Amino acid sequence: MAGRRVIPGFGLSLGFTLFYLGLLVLLPLAALVVKASSLGFAGFAQVLGSPQVQAALRVSFVSAAIAALGNGLFGLLLAWVLVRYRFIGRRAIDALVDLPFALPTAVAGIALATLYAPQGWIGQWFARADIQIAYTRAGIVVALTFVGLPFVVRTLQPVLLDLDAEVEQAARSLGASRWQTFSRVILPALVPALITGMTLAFARAAGEYGSVVFIAGNMPGQTEIAPLVIMTRLEQFDYAGATAVGAAMLAVSLLLLLAVNLLQAWTRRKLGGA
Amino acid sequence: MAFHRILRSFTALALITAALLTQIAGCSSKDGDTAQPGTSLTLLNVSYDPTRELYKEVNAAFADDYRRKTGIDVRIEQSHGGSGKQARSVIDGLQADVVSLALGYDIDQIAAKASLLPADWQCRLPCNSSPFTSTIVMLVRKGNPRAIRDWGDLTRQGVSVITPNPKTSGGARWNYLAAWAFAQRNGRDPREFLAALYANVAVLDLGARGSTTTFVQRNIGDVLLTWENEAYLALKEFGADRFEVVVPSISVLCETPVAVVDTVAMRHGTRNAAEAYLQFLYTPQAQDIAARHGFRPRDASVAARYADKFAPLVLVGIDSFGGWPQAQARHFAQGGLFDQLYGGR
Repeated sequence: MAGRRVIPGFGLSLGFTLFYLGLLVLLPLAALVVKASSLGFAGFAQVLGSPQVQAALRVSFVSAAIAALGNGLFGLLLAWVLVRYRFIGRRAIDALVDLPFALPTAVAGIALATLYAPQGWIGQWFARADIQIAYTRAGIVVALTFVGLPFVVRTLQPVLLDLDAEVEQAARSLGASRWQTFSRVILPALVPALITGMTLAFARAAGEYGSVVFIAGNMPGQTEIAPLVIMTRLEQFDYAGATAVGAAMLAVSLLLLLAVNLLQAWTRRKLGGA
Repeated sequence: MAFHRILRSFTALALITAALLTQIAGCSSKDGDTAQPGTSLTLLNVSYDPTRELYKEVNAAFADDYRRKTGIDVRIEQSHGGSGKQARSVIDGLQADVVSLALGYDIDQIAAKASLLPADWQCRLPCNSSPFTSTIVMLVRKGNPRAIRDWGDLTRQGVSVITPNPKTSGGARWNYLAAWAFAQRNGRDPREFLAALYANVAVLDLGARGSTTTFVQRNIGDVLLTWENEAYLALKEFGADRFEVVVPSISVLCETPVAVVDTVAMRHGTRNAAEAYLQFLYTPQAQDIAARHGFRPRDASVAARYADKFAPLVLVGIDSFGGWPQAQARHFAQGGLFDQLYGGR
């Protein structure tokens, strides 16, 4: 069977793929689980039962969700503008979208903290309205939105490019209003890619450490993110406790990814039938 | 056929790797403990955050001194970061010939968790292996608009305090203990006092340098609790016209110890040089450099020369907290008194 393929070497490439994934992904995950399991169930429950850990997990996942939703909305807008309109500087803006990928996260965090601090270029305007962004949860969301944006835009762009403009014209000529065209014709085609993009942005944001610690106040129970709790546990040579929090994050992320995949399948069925 | 090609490239790769490994092994065996005049060696000093500028100058002075005395060229590489993180790196295999950290506790951990040096390391050099000391002072904005004179002023309503997280920063642990010592000696309940103090903390950075940045560059907070040397550095870097140092009535005697990491130094064949390096820190020349960088010298004659720079105050050592293992377990461990300040268990 393998011999009839255009590119030979199925066995070899599959073997390599499995080996590579095992080495790069499964091995560290296995190490994580093994280390965490050294705590036993009681120890594990004690670590996760502490209010500080729970608060940190909540801060991380809730902030990541808000950031992902914001990115979904504005990422869609951005992708739409970049694909559908031709204007001067389009390529430059297109390239800018990748910046959060390329910038070291610590640099991004320090830059954002400088901008949004009460004396910063942006922060001072909010400070006049008595709103503080840096060193609050809002600051965390700002940083997470920054790191997640490219995921949404880059997943939506190819889908938007494939979307035939004639379909919209057809919808219009058949009497659909602008809103109907958008909500019944364009959006359904975009939803799977939009969900994928938002999921990627969410997953990236939930585990983000480098940029957040500079703009979050890092106050236990308030602005302390879960990866920081992991770091503080490590600082105290509490390796097992750190891996327990890590394993909990992993479990929550896997559950959410599973839920999103089910949602994907469901929307595809529903929209496919329509 | 393709398979053969891959096999061949694998063999080539393996040969190159093997060649490189022998090369590395060859290098390290050449540097025996008996380094000859005319040869050179490298030491890695793994240190904490605010000693960057200090060791840059000390290292150059030591290199000159050592070349003159032995004819051996020694180059010292520096690594800086939060004290706890640095200790963890050494435990996890960072090849430090010498460590110079913010707390004895961190070096204790290297001895306990990785057995890279004996448990009684702190008796090997004079003055608890701490060639210079520091203390915790307060940095306030010019003119001291909040009239902060002592620890008691930090719990006043509306005063915003900047200090790093004791969980991640060695310096922050000293800050916390200094406040504790003040409360104890002034008839206040230390736990209530610290709860009130930490309720006024605006940002808990991860390390001393981070807190300095928050206070100095982000303009957040009325008072920064920090190392005396870090406070002087802030004055020097950002201008004495913007900040002033407030010396409280009481503070902690921060011994910041140094040690040769025996196992690593033996393997590198750098033990003699590493020991000479640490002994050099006690010479008047190095003590003078330290004093200029804001560290309190142990050498009496150097200390006398800088008497006006280092204000006298009551200094409490870690012994009055029962030593580091006990202080760590009681205050900073998971579920300890610091966690309880934030409602943790």
